[in-house]
Parts: sequence; C-alpha cells; structure tokens
Amino acid sequence: MIFFLETLIGGLLAGTMYSLVAIGFVLIFKASGVFNFAQGAMLLFSALTFVSLQEHGIPFLQSLLLTVVVIVIGAVAIERAVLRPLMNRSQITLFMATLGLSFILEGLAQGLMGAEVRALDLGIEDTPLMLGEVMVSQFDLVAASTAAVLVTVLALLFNKTHIGISLRAVADDTRAALSIGINLNRIWQIVWAVAGCAGLVAGLLWGARQGVQFSLSLVVLKALPVLIIGGFTSIGGAIVGGLIVGAAENLAEVYVGPSIGGGITPWFAYFLALVFLHVRPAGLFGERAIERV
Amino acid sequence: MNQLVHRLPKPFDNAPLEIVPHRVPWGLSGLAVFAFFAVPWLGSDYWLNAILIPFLVLSLAGLGLNLLTGYAGQTSVGAAGFMAVGAFATYGLLLRVPGLPLPVALIGGGLIAAAVGWVFGIPSARIKGFYLMVTTLAAQFFLEWVFTKFPWFYNNASSGTISAPRLELLGVDLSSPVGRYLLTLVTVALLTWVAVNLVRSQIGRNWMAIRDMDTAAAVIGIRVERDKRRAFAVSSFYLGIAGALWAFAYLGTASAGSFDINRSFQILFIIIIGGMGSIAGNFIGAAFISLLPIVLSYAGQALLGGSVDAGQIQNLQKMIFGTLIIWFLVKEPDGLVRLIASLREKLAVWPLRF
Amino acid sequence: MSVASHQAPGPILEVRNISLAFKGVKAISDLSFAVGRGEICALIGPNGAGKSSLLNILNGVYRPVAGEVVFDGEHFRRVHPLEAAERGIGRTFQNNALFKKMSVIDNLLTGLSRFMRTRFIEQALGLPRARQEAAAFQEHAENILDFLELQPHRDIAVGQLSYGLQKRVELGRALIASPRLLLLDEPMAGMNADEKKEMSRFIADVNRDLGTTVVLIEHDIGVVMELCSHVVVLDYGRKVGDGTPADVRSNPEVIAAYLGTVH
Repeated sequence: MIFFLETLIGGLLAGTMYSLVAIGFVLIFKASGVFNFAQGAMLLFSALTFVSLQEHGIPFLQSLLLTVVVIVIGAVAIERAVLRPLMNRSQITLFMATLGLSFILEGLAQGLMGAEVRALDLGIEDTPLMLGEVMVSQFDLVAASTAAVLVTVLALLFNKTHIGISLRAVADDTRAALSIGINLNRIWQIVWAVAGCAGLVAGLLWGARQGVQFSLSLVVLKALPVLIIGGFTSIGGAIVGGLIVGAAENLAEVYVGPSIGGGITPWFAYFLALVFLHVRPAGLFGERAIERV
Repeated sequence: MNQLVHRLPKPFDNAPLEIVPHRVPWGLSGLAVFAFFAVPWLGSDYWLNAILIPFLVLSLAGLGLNLLTGYAGQTSVGAAGFMAVGAFATYGLLLRVPGLPLPVALIGGGLIAAAVGWVFGIPSARIKGFYLMVTTLAAQFFLEWVFTKFPWFYNNASSGTISAPRLELLGVDLSSPVGRYLLTLVTVALLTWVAVNLVRSQIGRNWMAIRDMDTAAAVIGIRVERDKRRAFAVSSFYLGIAGALWAFAYLGTASAGSFDINRSFQILFIIIIGGMGSIAGNFIGAAFISLLPIVLSYAGQALLGGSVDAGQIQNLQKMIFGTLIIWFLVKEPDGLVRLIASLREKLAVWPLRF
Repeated sequence: MSVASHQAPGPILEVRNISLAFKGVKAISDLSFAVGRGEICALIGPNGAGKSSLLNILNGVYRPVAGEVVFDGEHFRRVHPLEAAERGIGRTFQNNALFKKMSVIDNLLTGLSRFMRTRFIEQALGLPRARQEAAAFQEHAENILDFLELQPHRDIAVGQLSYGLQKRVELGRALIASPRLLLLDEPMAGMNADEKKEMSRFIADVNRDLGTTVVLIEHDIGVVMELCSHVVVLDYGRKVGDGTPADVRSNPEVIAAYLGTVH
C-alpha cells in the first residue's frame, strides 16, 4: 500500500511538470488557434540561454531577467515572421509552421550554445522527505509548488488585467474582438511571450533534474496526450491532464510494464489519451463545437 | 426552352462504355529510359548508394504519406512507424518462409504494414485533426517499442538489428549497388503508376473530397469512414515497402532506431516542401531533402576551408529546413512542384513579354 | 436506379412532430408537415427559424430529440448522412460545401460515389472494368456540365469560381446522383435577378422533367411565389403557415411573423 502511494504521489508530482509544459500550449492555442509544436524547442532554447548566461558568471536574477528579455524578443519575431503572414490559414498549416519553427529554434540553440549536457543547479535539495511512512521527493514538491504559483499568477493575469480580458475576448470570438479595436498582433506577442516564460520555468525545473540538453525539447511529445485528456482550451484541463498522465504512467510502468516487457512510458500516455478520446472526443474540459453546415 | 429540355441529363445507370485511350507522356518516358538504362552505367557506386537509392526510397515514403495527408487530408506524424513494420515484416517473411521470392516478401511486408495502418486508422472515424495526429504519434512510439522490446522480430540478434538475408530474384544477385538501385527503381516506378491510377480514380476523388470537407462528403454519399481507413491502409502499404527498401536496399542493416520520429518528420517535410496532393512533388521534395545536406557540406568546406564541424552543419541544416518550411507555407503552400510549374508557365510566355 | 422505381403511395416526405435542441436550447419544436411527390416546396421564415436545421435532420447531419421522418414509406428518426444519400436524398448547403481544391468536373464526379461498383484493386491497377466505370461516370458528368452550362469552367478549381457559379456546381453535384428528393439550402443567395432567373429555370426543369421532388429554402418571396407549389412557413422553430403560395400570402399570422419583416 505504501509502495502504491509512493508510486502514485511520485507520478502526480512528475505530472505537474507535464502540466507546466501543457499550459504554454493551451495559452497559445486559446489566443491564436495555433497548436504550437515549437513549445518544446522554446523550452530548450530558453533553458539553454539561462544556463549559458549563468556560465558567463551572470547572477541568477539577472540571468533570469535577460532570458525573459530574449523570450519577449523571440515572441515578437515569431509573431511578425510566422503568425502574421499565416493569418487565416488552416490550423494544420499553422501547426506545420511551428514544426519548422521548432527546427529553427533547435538548430539555433545548439549552434549558438552547444549540444553538450549542461548541469543546472537551482539550489533545491533532492533528499527524500518522509511524510508519515510515505517517501516523497523534495524536488518534486518544490516543482509542484512552483507550478501551483505559476498557475495562480496566470489565473490572476487572465481574470484581473486588461490584457487578460482582451485575450479572453480574442479566444471567444476573434472577429468581434478585432471589431472593438483589440490589437490582435499585440495580444499574440504577449501570449507567446507568456507561454515562453511558462516554458522557461518548466525548462529550468526539468533541466535541474536531468541536465539541460536536447532531449528537453522532446517533452513536447509528452504534453500532447496531456492536452488530449484535458482539452486544448482549458488551463485547468492541462493541470488535471498532466496529473492524470503522470500518475497513470508511473502506475502502469510499475504494475503493468513488467508483464509486457517494460519501458512502456514512451507510448502509454498516448494510449491513455486514445481511450479518453473515445469517451470524450474533445477532452475532459474542452468544448465540442457544433458543426454548422 | 425546348432546347434545354433536350439537354437534360438522364438519370444515372451503370452502362458500360468504350475505353478512352491514354495519351503517351513523352517526357516521362524519356526520364524512365534514362533512369533504367543510362543511370546504371553512368552512376558511380557512391552516387547509387549514397544519393539515388535513398532519394528513391524517400520519394516512395513521401508518396505513401502524401496519399494519406496530401490527398485524404489526415495528418500523420507516424510515417516511420509503418516503415518499420514493413521492414521487420519483410525480414521476418524472408527469414521464416524458405524460398519466398523477394517481390512476394516485399508485397507481404507491405500488406502487413497496411493491416497495421488500417488498425491505427480506426479512430479516424471519430477523431479529427490534431486529436487524430496523436493517434499517429501513438503508432510511432508503440511500434518503435514493439520492434525494440520483442527479440522475435529481429531473430534474437543481440544487436537488435535486422539485415537482408538474401537480395536475389530468379537466381540473379541484387546485392550490388546497381542491383539494389534497379530493385528500388522498379518498385518505385510500379508503385508510382498505381498511385497515379488511384488518385485519378473515384477512390482518389473520394479522398480529396474528404480532405476538403468531410461532412459534405458523407452527405453526397461518400463512405467517409471506410475511405479514411483505406487511406491509412494504402499509405501504410507504401510506407511499409519503403521501409523494407530503406532497411535492405539502402542501409543494409537496420534497427527500430532507423525508423524513429525524426524519420517521420523528414517524410512530412518532403511532402510539405515538394507539394501536398501531388505525385511529382514527392520526388522533388525527396530530391531536395537528400541533396541539401550534400550541397551544404560542400558549400561549408568551400567557404570555411575544410574545418567545418559536422555538428554545426547539422544545426545549420535544421535551421535552413525550418526556414524553408515556413517560407513554403507562407509563399507557396502547394510546394516546389507548384513553384516549378509556375516558373515553366512564365518561361513559356517569356518571349512574348518583349 | 431509375427515378420512378419503388414508389410508396402517399406523400414522398412526411415530417412528424420533430423537435430539435442544441444544449437545451430548442431550435425546432413539434414540427409536422408533408411534401407531395413531385412538388417544389419552399421553406420560408426569418433567420434562425430552424430551416437549415430541418434540412440537416432530413439528411442525417443532426439528430432530432423527438419525432420522426417518413421518407417514401420508410420511417426513421435518425439516418446516417450516407444512408440518406443512398435512399436518394440530395442536398446543397447554405454556405456552399464544395470541395474547394478540386475542379468542377471532379466535384460533380464525387457525387457518383454511391454508384461505384468496381473494387479497390481494379481501380488501383486501372483494370478494364474500372476504366469502363470511370468512362461511364465521366459521360454522365459531361451531361450535367452541359445541362448546367458549366462546360467553360470544367477544369477550374471550384474555390476560384464566383459564388453564383459555385451554387450551380453544388446543384450539379447533388443532381448527378439522380436523387428522388433534392434539398436546396438557399440556392439563390447572393445572386442578382438574372442569375436567380437562371437558377429557377434549372430547378423547374429538373422538377418537371426528372420528376424530382424539391424542398428549398429561399428568402426571395417573389421567386418562391413563382417557382413553388407549396410553401411552409417557420418562425422560431414552429410552423406558422402551410399551403399554396396564395394561401400563405393571405395568412395573417404569416404576414405578422415573416412577411412583415422583409425589407
């Protein structure tokens, strides 16, 4: 029973990381209808930038700030060079454009900052913590709380600020939002920057655990099933989806994996997502559009 | 008014009619003669091994994905998974069925891949767009896992790899570069001919109708769900044969890792750059994607004098691919094939401008 | 496969107590009417009256919450769109649901899919039977092109055609499958007077010479009065009028609900 609980909690905590990546996706999808495959590459790029700055002896806070500046510049550039020319094109076209974008970002990141694995120390201890009889990773706890803080900040941003309200207007009805004078391009730039910052946080936490390296950009593939389960348009869904995927993956690897050869984590989440899709074709929290013909 | 009544169409019934003879495409025939007779004599082993064979196999894979994505409109990012099925199935057939002729093994491998593709196409009845894409990702990772975890598929080899047991047809050894080139060329030519038939047939039109608007397709009597599954199966058949050729005619020895997600992306890029919904586009896209790295490394050596880091070339190549993809999507969504066609149109009227 | 095969007695189409709701909001409530064989029946009413939704029920795109449809003696509450097509219900859409990247003739040919008898392998290998079938399809499509005067545009991608021409291609795509019941959703929307006249002529010819029953949605009352023999008036998902054009025109409830709002 204790082992089960440990597996479950470990999975849930790991799931918060998936949620963090998925939130960036949801933000961009809501605001611009773009399924951003480059989220993983953005995560790699921003984490690499941060690590490289630190390696040059720049203190933590300044490095963080500079990285955010880089992200904002990147977001503006992406909006100008990719989104604006592709406005009103099909979602699949935009998705493919983000595939191209992820190639550019990966090539750029590795070309400028190298391909070797970088250690990243955020000063979080990784000694296990005993909660009663259950052993919990302290690092995971910190990561989970960071995710919680990030989500709260985002929720405040979108519910209380002018930008947030404009964003929701855009997500609700782009044309109506345009007609009341909302600057769509500006909104997109802001959202991509915010999603980039969410990616940075996720990248730093993942990077601190397994080193900052190319494989970081692959977490994007893990976020997909999370989105399927939670729905593409719900931040709450991204969180719940992340938790479900994290927990289910851990439990399946421990309890099901050994009987079918093990190493099932690369695909298990997808099958889980397919099962969910069968029951709810638009995700747990997504809205199913009525097809008008 | 009477005139009009006269022209009213009769209700449709299936009356047999004469067959209209086809035109002979001379340009294409010339190209075929060149590819079959001149290239084997002219091409060096390096050209055959390192450029022409992979180019042809990638064209075939592009063709397979294009039937599904460019014609039937079902985006797949799992192409390489089905290539793996074809490669491992062909290997298994050649290994376990003594005396099985190579073409039969190839077709068998393709059919097994088609069956797997059909199964992964089942969700397409309920799921669309991005959600469906996840199904293809599931296929990719699941199949990679299957061909890594179960040694039966690679005959318990400790290396986890498969290599062609024998490449021969009617006693003729095909393991030389020219032999492998001709094997690939014949396969690709035949399958391209079939693909042309398909996309011009009613089935091909049904696929395009589903791509353009699937609700309307159902309303006018197209069996959307069956035709989507068919597209998955046909696409996987092509990809499966491409996978077998990739493993045995090009690589010689392959493992599940030869068919990872990056291969899937590579094939997706071929059809984006070459042209979605075009047969010729696959060849143009594949030529582009196989020649670009070579051109880049030559250019790198010429400009920077020999000391270019291979890793940096790869990074540069990635950025160029990425930029090109975005550029094509923005400027020429129909790909290189359209670009070439409009260039030809411009050239045709060129003297008139003066 | 001819039009006149198996005719049950009585009206070709009966709508019985149909109700439809989206997420609890009623779009159609308790609607009943009948369309006689060979009629041209117009559905009229203000926007949002439930006209398109009704057509969507008839050919299986939407599922009603109550009631049933009787088509040619067969009862159903819900058909699959495919089944509706196979029973001989053709359909065009309000906002044109053509296959935009395909040529005019290819769009027409898609309408023949339900007559496809050759196997997959025959088509893949271009075997004689498949080529014969393709030639027969082609011949039939040529007839439709001639009839609808679309020959000059045959190889153009429909996405590039004018709206009026697209409407005509869509009519052709429905017509090519020799439907017994043709559902036309605003076939004359966005057309000028000449184009409307032309389209009315096409519809009248199809109806008279092929015996095809037509149910159409149209806002232009002048066209409706001239073209149709039967008018059903909807308002807020309810029927407020049903009869000949003359009846409907003099029905005070109809005038209040609908005609009064026409500009």
